[in-house]
Amino acid sequence: MKSRPPNRSAVLLGSAALLVVAAVLSLAVGARPMALSEVWSGLVDPHSAAYPVVREMRLPRTLLGLEVGTALGLAGGVMQALTRNPLADPGLLGINAGASAAVVTGITVLGIGSLSGYVWFAFLGAAAVSVLVWAVGGGRTATPGRLALAGAAINAVLYAYVSAVQLLDTASLDAMRFWTVGSLAASGASATVFIAPFIAVGLIAVAVLARPLNALALGDDSARALGARPALVRAGSIVAITLLCGAATAACGPIVFVGLLVPHLVRPLTGPDMRWLLAVSALVAPFVLLSADVLGRVLARPAEVQVGIVTAVAGGAFFIWAVRRTRAVAV
Amino acid sequence: MTRLAATGLQLAYERRVVAEDLGVEIPDGSFTVIVGPNACGKSTLLKALARTLRPRSGSVLLDGKDIREVPAKTVARTLGLLPQSSIAPDGITVADLVARGRYPHQGLLRQWSANDEEVVQQSMLATGVADLATAFVDELSGGQRQRVWIAMALAQQTPLLLLDEPTTYLDIAHQLDVLDLCARLHSDAEHTLVAVLHDLNQAARYATHLIAMRDGRIVAEGKPAEIVTAALIEEVFGLPCRVVECPETGAPLVIPAARRAVLSGHPLVALDHGSGSNLAP
Repeated sequence: MKSRPPNRSAVLLGSAALLVVAAVLSLAVGARPMALSEVWSGLVDPHSAAYPVVREMRLPRTLLGLEVGTALGLAGGVMQALTRNPLADPGLLGINAGASAAVVTGITVLGIGSLSGYVWFAFLGAAAVSVLVWAVGGGRTATPGRLALAGAAINAVLYAYVSAVQLLDTASLDAMRFWTVGSLAASGASATVFIAPFIAVGLIAVAVLARPLNALALGDDSARALGARPALVRAGSIVAITLLCGAATAACGPIVFVGLLVPHLVRPLTGPDMRWLLAVSALVAPFVLLSADVLGRVLARPAEVQVGIVTAVAGGAFFIWAVRRTRAVAV
Repeated sequence: MTRLAATGLQLAYERRVVAEDLGVEIPDGSFTVIVGPNACGKSTLLKALARTLRPRSGSVLLDGKDIREVPAKTVARTLGLLPQSSIAPDGITVADLVARGRYPHQGLLRQWSANDEEVVQQSMLATGVADLATAFVDELSGGQRQRVWIAMALAQQTPLLLLDEPTTYLDIAHQLDVLDLCARLHSDAEHTLVAVLHDLNQAARYATHLIAMRDGRIVAEGKPAEIVTAALIEEVFGLPCRVVECPETGAPLVIPAARRAVLSGHPLVALDHGSGSNLAP
């Protein structure tokens, strides 16, 4: 017997409160410890000593974490609904690999060295792979299984390509190091502004898609009977995922496990209604990302561990626990 | 012209053509039941009527208009479907699943209303699942679950409702339970129902209009009492039988002929003797 789902409004409020705490910590914690009053003056007073650190470094970094976290959480939730796979992640459809392959090509072949240059490569790579997965998976007649298979196949090919290029061209390896790990620190305020419109459009698309995804969860026949159009909903979802994942990956590099774990964690609290699941995921995912980033700053003070490494280690451990727990329940 | 009709349908899966030039009119206010042997195209026809299968040619007409040219949500407010297999999302409650039937009545700006709440409650009461509102669908028995899916279809509030083999996987008592529920919807709520059923006697008992199909065409249609004859059953199913009057309802009752009579030319005893004789030649 399962327990009743808790009050969903309370879950939503609780998630919002957690996110506020994480955002404040992200402004306050770093190589130089600060009191909250100092943080506040650093935020609003251009003449305070903390201003360069809080307003010019930690604020853009925190905003970027909010954007990217929300994007990853929503993309993961939509992907899991689309593929009917509760453990689907942005890697499943090959989108991270597409961004990765495009960036590697930009760096090694075209010699592009700046973020503003390869941001576009990451984004176009993600978009190209989405379209390719869509076409290989059967276009308008695509099924979740065929999409997943197409994604896995393209994923494998692209990772082989990335590895081959990195092996052949060791000189570029250093330039790629930041991008391969995933960090909120390195891209700065320009990235925050740059990806905002993409994420905003993705956010609106997800808001429109939540109810049709609910209908689609009942099977294609039921969805059609209810007046939803499965092919259109899938196409719209792929576009939304591309916008969200592409923009997030472009600004921060590949950050793993957030998109996978957050909707997975949130589901028992909200039930399977996508409107609640996505709304809560959009708050919990940036909470997780900012917390991981703050943890990375504390762990190696005064240096820091990149957020991509923290989420990979913590997420990996959690994933193993989740898999073992699921198996125990199933057996 | 009836509200739901089809003309010149060519129905096919991949390369296999199921039906050619198939036409049908569903009488308004009827409880129509489609019967026929496996692979005769009865479920395929229902899918085409419910627009979950696109016909190669021909058209399904809803209120005189090609169903493909009417917006999906508009159709879904007139025509509902209980598919053969649906997926209940993991961890969904009965009330939440039934509420999803309100989809075609909602929009971005019209998310959820008191009327929706009322309709969901009524649908659960009509199908006898109101007590289970907060239960998880995956913890229910097969019979209860089918009632919940019917409640969801009711919450859609469509004057026309299609049911694809609604009694499959249910025991005999639950089969009749579901069919009684359908009959009640038909007589009380004045729904036009179209169901595909396997059991001939249940079809003859509950249908007000029976359609018998074979090889993708309609062999006979009409009131069960008028069309169900031994000759028709033999023609449609290849089954020798007698048709008597059901002592309980007066509907035609199909009684298959005893196999002994059918196989009289090929005594089974001879086969037994043949295999035994190998040991002692």
